[in-house]
Amino acid sequence: MSTAAQASTISQPRFAGNSEASRSGIWVAVFAITMSFAALTSALYVRQGSSDWSHIVVPPILYLNTLALLLSSLTMEIARRAKVRDLELTPSSLASPLAWLAATLALGMAFVAGQFFAWRQLAAQGLFLATNPNSSFLYVLTGLHAIHVLAGIAALVFLLGLMAGSHLTFRRHLLDNTAVYWHFMALLWLYLLFVIRTRL
Amino acid sequence: MGKLFGIVLTIIALASAYPIVMHHYVQPVDISRHGHLIDEQLSDTMVEAGLAFLGAQILLGFFVFKFSNRKAGAKIRNLPGGAKLVVVAAFIFVGTEIMALGVLGQKAWADVYFTSPKPDALQVQAQAGQFAFYFRYSGPDGKFGPLHPDKIDEGNANYFGLDPANDVEARDDIVSGEMAIPVNREVQLLMHAKDVNHSFYVRELRLQQDFVPGLDLALHFTATKTGKFEILCTQLCGLGHYNMKAYLNVLSQDDFDKWMKEKASQQ
Amino acid sequence: MEQTPVQASHVHAPPQGFLRKYVFSLDHKMIGKQYYGLALIAVFTGMALSWLMRFHLVWPDAKIPLLGSLAKTGAPGGVITPEYYLSLLTMHGTLMVFFVLTNAPFAGFGNYFLPIQIGAEDMAFPRFNMMSFWTTFLAFLVLIAAFFIPDGPPISGWTAYAPLSAIGKDAGPGLGWGQNLWAISIALFCVGQLLGSLNFIATTLDLRAKGMTLMRMPICTWAWFITSCIGLLAFAVLLPACLLLILDKTAGTSFFIPSGLVVSDRLQPHAGGSPLLWQHLFWFFGHPEVYIAILPAMGIVSHVLVTSMRKPLLSAKVIIYSMISIGFLSYMVWGHHMFVSGMNPFSSLLFSFPTLTITIPATIMTLIWLGSLYGANIRITAASLFALGFVSMFVSGGVSGFFLAQPSIDIYLHATYFVVGHFHMVMGVAAIFGILSGTYFWFPKMTGRMMNETLGKLHFWITFIGTYCIFMPFHYLGMVGNVRRLASFVNDFMPPLMPVHKFVTIAALITGAGQFIFLYNLIHSRFRGAPATENPWEGTSLEWTIPSPPPWNNFGDRPVVVYHDAHQIGVKGSKGDFVMQDSPEQLPAT
Repeated sequence: MSTAAQASTISQPRFAGNSEASRSGIWVAVFAITMSFAALTSALYVRQGSSDWSHIVVPPILYLNTLALLLSSLTMEIARRAKVRDLELTPSSLASPLAWLAATLALGMAFVAGQFFAWRQLAAQGLFLATNPNSSFLYVLTGLHAIHVLAGIAALVFLLGLMAGSHLTFRRHLLDNTAVYWHFMALLWLYLLFVIRTRL
Repeated sequence: MGKLFGIVLTIIALASAYPIVMHHYVQPVDISRHGHLIDEQLSDTMVEAGLAFLGAQILLGFFVFKFSNRKAGAKIRNLPGGAKLVVVAAFIFVGTEIMALGVLGQKAWADVYFTSPKPDALQVQAQAGQFAFYFRYSGPDGKFGPLHPDKIDEGNANYFGLDPANDVEARDDIVSGEMAIPVNREVQLLMHAKDVNHSFYVRELRLQQDFVPGLDLALHFTATKTGKFEILCTQLCGLGHYNMKAYLNVLSQDDFDKWMKEKASQQ
Repeated sequence: MEQTPVQASHVHAPPQGFLRKYVFSLDHKMIGKQYYGLALIAVFTGMALSWLMRFHLVWPDAKIPLLGSLAKTGAPGGVITPEYYLSLLTMHGTLMVFFVLTNAPFAGFGNYFLPIQIGAEDMAFPRFNMMSFWTTFLAFLVLIAAFFIPDGPPISGWTAYAPLSAIGKDAGPGLGWGQNLWAISIALFCVGQLLGSLNFIATTLDLRAKGMTLMRMPICTWAWFITSCIGLLAFAVLLPACLLLILDKTAGTSFFIPSGLVVSDRLQPHAGGSPLLWQHLFWFFGHPEVYIAILPAMGIVSHVLVTSMRKPLLSAKVIIYSMISIGFLSYMVWGHHMFVSGMNPFSSLLFSFPTLTITIPATIMTLIWLGSLYGANIRITAASLFALGFVSMFVSGGVSGFFLAQPSIDIYLHATYFVVGHFHMVMGVAAIFGILSGTYFWFPKMTGRMMNETLGKLHFWITFIGTYCIFMPFHYLGMVGNVRRLASFVNDFMPPLMPVHKFVTIAALITGAGQFIFLYNLIHSRFRGAPATENPWEGTSLEWTIPSPPPWNNFGDRPVVVYHDAHQIGVKGSKGDFVMQDSPEQLPAT
């Protein structure tokens, strides 16, 4: 049966919609988020020119968190490339990607938990949001990034829910798009870490 | 009704141009050294803008007049030259205008911002705060005392936050609610914001510049005519913004010296 | 991988039930109407605020009935205080720029007609579409809430310059929770717009019907597409800016507030921030925003003109490329709002050149519209009158921009009524004319009924003459040096200008009253208008191939195939002097 005919036999698909469109959509979202962080970077550069700019020693746990996030990108990519049949993922073929996705989720949650830990460490040093401009940017950049990662985590939970539920089939593009977003979160984090290390 | 549109639009266009052509609403007399450059630029732009405005509106009116609600079967024609003519015309006309105005227009801007003040320019500090301007002169020692925001005490007329007890330079500083300058002498205005953004605008001086909190900006100019002129705040600064103004007195050198002596004695 | 045709699987189920049909609708048409309805509420609110402002300027001691009980602190006894004037000004600007000019032409008409014009069943992400409307609606409620809190709405203008907007209550009334609500509202608005832009872009790129190449899309589709691209970048910058402002206000950070500020006798605890940073971030958004306001109107007007004058434009491609270049250049000019802000004067010159350069595509478009009228046979309707009026207004507003683009002249004209005249002509009139033209044009399609043409034409004449009477004098006032954003005119040189202000106020009140004719026409025609056919204006784009109003899935289940662009008018077609986009009939040889 051709894929078009297969698609037309699905009467009320829950997640119908053009797969090409959702791929465009995720890239557009990536672009917009990049633009937001570009604005914050330029704000940092301007603010850096003031005489009260100081220096923050980066809590070492940030590097551990980075490792977790990069690993999660790896597991995400493995999950994405796991062999699946055409457009749909049916229960029998899922065991492999399911495990890797779960690993991604765990690593992602570890990252966010690690960020919380980093903020506690900063607070212990007396560095809060308004303490000095460096701390303000550190909290804002890591905080906003973490919020976006949480959105990715929500998508992963959703995806896992779909895959675990055996009565549903769904489109391949959901997995692909979540992967694009997730890898973007890792790349964005590497960029932010670079800015934090060299500028803050 | 297309004909009505054409007629009404033409009337509106001509009526709009009328007050400009008849110079009913013009800038006040220019009292600054650089002002004539601005006025010339303004005038040149007005001519070009005016011609473009009248030309476009009347052409629009004429086309709608002639080409609307024609009899059925009227022949549809295209403008000779088509889109190519339009694009080329736009590039040539607008391109040359841009170059002309952009390049020539730099003169006035450069005169205000890219020239250095003369070494003997009279230094006046202006402080803008909600909702008044105060001015400070350095006094005989030629030095301004440092500002201490925590010492500002409006009730005791310490508007700038000076500390004459501890700062020697502040002892002979002269503070005034109105600004006076000698005619034909360059003045360097040091601009300090006390609280939020304000702006310094004297229409006759053809000068306008924002006060930015945290940035100490300087502006220099020379007034060429004596008189009393209004200084207006033009940057929205709070509820008293509409009422925030001061006076600039441009005096002869003698009158200015008298004014300074009088102010010094009032400190 | 074979592409699943859109029509084979539906993007969403046919709506059932009142809530799904009219409230939480996934249908782009209902969402478009919701945006339009929100814009209608916002525009009448914004207009009412402007009447109060104009009234106060010429009759400052007047006791305005009802106002005393509505605004006990702001207008005790019905007399508007200076701070209340500034609140009205702030809310007027915010409502008009965000909730009217970004909502109606783009989110309103764009949502309704973009999918139809490209032959799609709905937007790419109907759920995001619904979320974007309700986020925008929430933003509106948060903004309006500022009127009802004890301290009142903020007084810092729609531009909310820091540190005035960042310091808090010390800096003035309305700057505590009023400003917070403003910042939260705008941040929410940004989110709504980003979701919307996402939808528009993905839909345009991926849901076009067979044969609908990018270059065959109608000009207004292009306008919405370019607008959504601009909006994506612009709102993505405003959102973090609002966040930083909220942090400065509530969390004690100092992004925008330097040290040593004494406000209301209190030394503020902040240090090191930069007020100019707010201006850069704001205007980096703010300038593209005004093109977001005008581009859809340019698209709508081009669309209406082609159908009304029974011939294509001299070149649709040139219009499209001009719009693209305007979109591109719009990101390079933001500093022209900051010429005398204290920014490096060399930067001012740098910003001046692209600002002047934007004149080129704008002139090209204006000359194309003008040149296309030559030899046409314009059908005068309310829609075409507003479209022609747009061209006139765009010329007027654009020409005054010529002055302001030059830093030298801006030294004198900045912050005067000249600027107010300029931006009202382009945004407050021209863009509105685009919205009105679109309304008269598409009302039959959206409701299945015709609007009353006589009332429409009357509405046009009052508005056309009225807005010229209101805004043209602003330029004269500016030339004299009449400063803007003043609650009262206490300057020495103002008394001779008061008759001009009185004239403007009376014109504003009359023109405002005239808008009720439009409102009446809108509501009355919705229920009692003459029935509309599928293609009352003999247009050629895809919206005219479906019933009025369209069914929930636009094209029913028939496949949509497009054979040429939407400008086959003035040719010998089988139905008249036009050929529909989806008609396979051979075009007459040119």
